[in-house]
Amino acid sequence: MALRVGCAAPPGRALDNKTGAWRVFKPVFEPEKCTKCGMCAMVCPEGCVHETEEGTFEPDLDYCKGCGICVEICPKKGIRMEKEEK
Amino acid sequence: MLEFMEGSHAVAEIVKRCRPQVIAAYPITPQTHIVEDLAQMVANCEIDAEYITVESEFSALSACLGASAAGSRVYSATTSQGLALMFEVCFNAAGMRQPIVMTIANRSLGAPLSIWNDQQDSISLRDSGWLQYYAEDNQEAADLHMIAYRVCEDHDILLPAFVCFDGFILTHTYEPVALPSQEEVDAYLPAFAPYQRLDAEAPLSMGMYATPDYYMEFRYEIDRAMHRSKQAFIKAGREFGEQFGRDYSALVEGYRLEDADTALVAMGSICGTAKDAIDEMREHGRKVGLLKIRTYRPFPAQEIADALKGVSTVAVLDKNISLGNGGAVGTEVKSALYGSGAAVYDYIIALGGRDVRKRDIAAVVDLAEKGKGDMFYGLRTEVL
Amino acid sequence: MAEVEGGCELFSAGHRACGGCGPALAARLLLKATGKNVILVASTGCMEVFSTPYPETAWGVPWIHSLFENAAAVASGIEASLKRQGRSEKVVCVAGDGATFDIGVLCISGAFERGHDITYICYDNEAYMNTGIQRSAATPYGASTTTSPAGKCSPGNVLPKKDMPAILAAHGAPYVATASIAYPNDFVQKVERAINTPGPCYIQVHTPCCTGWGFESGETLAMAKLAIETGLWVNYELVNGQVEKAKKVRRKPVEEYLTKQKRFRHLFKPARRDDMIVNIQAVADANAERFGIDIKKKESSE
Repeated sequence: MALRVGCAAPPGRALDNKTGAWRVFKPVFEPEKCTKCGMCAMVCPEGCVHETEEGTFEPDLDYCKGCGICVEICPKKGIRMEKEEK
Repeated sequence: MLEFMEGSHAVAEIVKRCRPQVIAAYPITPQTHIVEDLAQMVANCEIDAEYITVESEFSALSACLGASAAGSRVYSATTSQGLALMFEVCFNAAGMRQPIVMTIANRSLGAPLSIWNDQQDSISLRDSGWLQYYAEDNQEAADLHMIAYRVCEDHDILLPAFVCFDGFILTHTYEPVALPSQEEVDAYLPAFAPYQRLDAEAPLSMGMYATPDYYMEFRYEIDRAMHRSKQAFIKAGREFGEQFGRDYSALVEGYRLEDADTALVAMGSICGTAKDAIDEMREHGRKVGLLKIRTYRPFPAQEIADALKGVSTVAVLDKNISLGNGGAVGTEVKSALYGSGAAVYDYIIALGGRDVRKRDIAAVVDLAEKGKGDMFYGLRTEVL
Repeated sequence: MAEVEGGCELFSAGHRACGGCGPALAARLLLKATGKNVILVASTGCMEVFSTPYPETAWGVPWIHSLFENAAAVASGIEASLKRQGRSEKVVCVAGDGATFDIGVLCISGAFERGHDITYICYDNEAYMNTGIQRSAATPYGASTTTSPAGKCSPGNVLPKKDMPAILAAHGAPYVATASIAYPNDFVQKVERAINTPGPCYIQVHTPCCTGWGFESGETLAMAKLAIETGLWVNYELVNGQVEKAKKVRRKPVEEYLTKQKRFRHLFKPARRDDMIVNIQAVADANAERFGIDIKKKESSE
């Protein structure tokens, strides 16, 4: 692909980089505890926690780095970390 | 119609007619009259531009870069210490392919501090990716700005340019200059149409970083653009000649070179003195000529070699020194003439504003013809 | 109730920040405030590097990176250009503490003195993190960094944190605020206020760095909250130079914050440095006094 003048690029290509491969631990969301406050989605540094059709939340494991911030923030302790099975 | 005016004023008048939209400049001798004139023009609503009184030259070029990236034609001017302070931004601007035109009122670099002319400042940035054009007189200084904007903004080029004219010698002297009308300049230089810009309607990330997988190719692209700019300059210079009657289609220009045994090579206002000296030497039967370099970057190596074919002795007048290695222009001319068989000598001359007279030019020719060169010319040995 | 923006993120996943990165969260949050009609001007640093290795950019808005120290000058030029063109995009600088407190002071001072209509957001992780955790003028008293390390004859950084908000308020900035990713909605609201206040506005957002400060990645927001609860970070606003709305807390002793980070571990191991801890407590006490953050106990006799 030809270089873009000035080392410039249009949006979108970061999504090629599936940072989920970095994980050691992964978050497991328990929808039955969810009060739909949305804090997990707000504070994820990757922006990879998405709302489901039911209004609860789930992580996009293609990008989730397993940092655990969502676990700490959930007021209902509705997320736990588990060692990733490879 | 010719008008008698100061060089700085001629440049300001031309820059006004080039319709810059953002001017960001910091005052420094001997450029001050240019930026003052432009400020007055803005204050009188003669130019429709934002004038930013920046806090340093570093900020001046940074602001120009931002404004250019946002889609405006920009202008700045500096010299010497100010240009040195801009060093980092110069490389950045060329790498970001912003078509910035900046006047360099050539001045020596400290230490020791000197406000007087030589060409060390712009020459020291010869690696930066900026096009470099040198003016022999104030008419040329004015004209080269219009041509520079044309070349820089060409979507096939997209590089910034220095338009260099000698501090005090040209900036502060009065010469007759023909100023085109605004309509004439508009006909030559269309409105700025950026290749790409910062725009919420079409977002781009500009100035990303390049890993070793990409960096070399980006630099190669800049180099190629510089080489392409030779043809762009020739075309723009020829069209300038067709419209204004003053032809600039030559990257280098010979003066009485056709049958010369000895050729001087020089850039800038010293060429004027050299031409007068050559006329006198010719009257005494000496076959001397001058090759004036108008475009220093990209370096017109082939054009120099072609122009100096048949010349047996070449004396390069260097108003600069690459400390530890001699004059920059001399070194590059020697490289261009490698294998030609000519004897090429380099003379470090006129540093820090030391005056050059016709007899000095003749003395250099004498030295060259005697096989003495690669030296500082005219040292005051009594103070050493 | 949290505000959630589902769907297209203006700062996408796939960026290369460490897991748990405070600045990455700040990037997402500030874009919630600005929306699409913005031009971001970045400085060299963590956020620039983890978001734009050519050609993988995480940014969905116009973004430009020039050099380390000149974001404010580049922004000045962009602002002038947009004014000339009659365009409405907001111009927002995003730079780390190193770029802001140290090397960028020249350009920020000039931009703020000239009154350009820009917003400058400093994400403060209290050191030069991108280059490996070196001391900046934002590094707090007592912290160990690689260029102010704790050693046999040094207790780490002994210089105070530069008061950038006061410096920029002194330039006549109409709105200056500190914020923290611990209170994301507050940060978003402050960014909204800044971009809608004409003139140069400054926001300094506390963005703890798990890698540089030495704590578990999941603790980032907890650490930011503790900084506020101990008084070592104060969330406040300076409106035309006057302090308004400092966040009040029931203050905890600074030790609760210091023991949780490796960058302060030398204050406790191999031996307690009570002299240093007392000085750090004094910093927190002075902040409490200056900004009035202590929640007063009610008098029982009234």
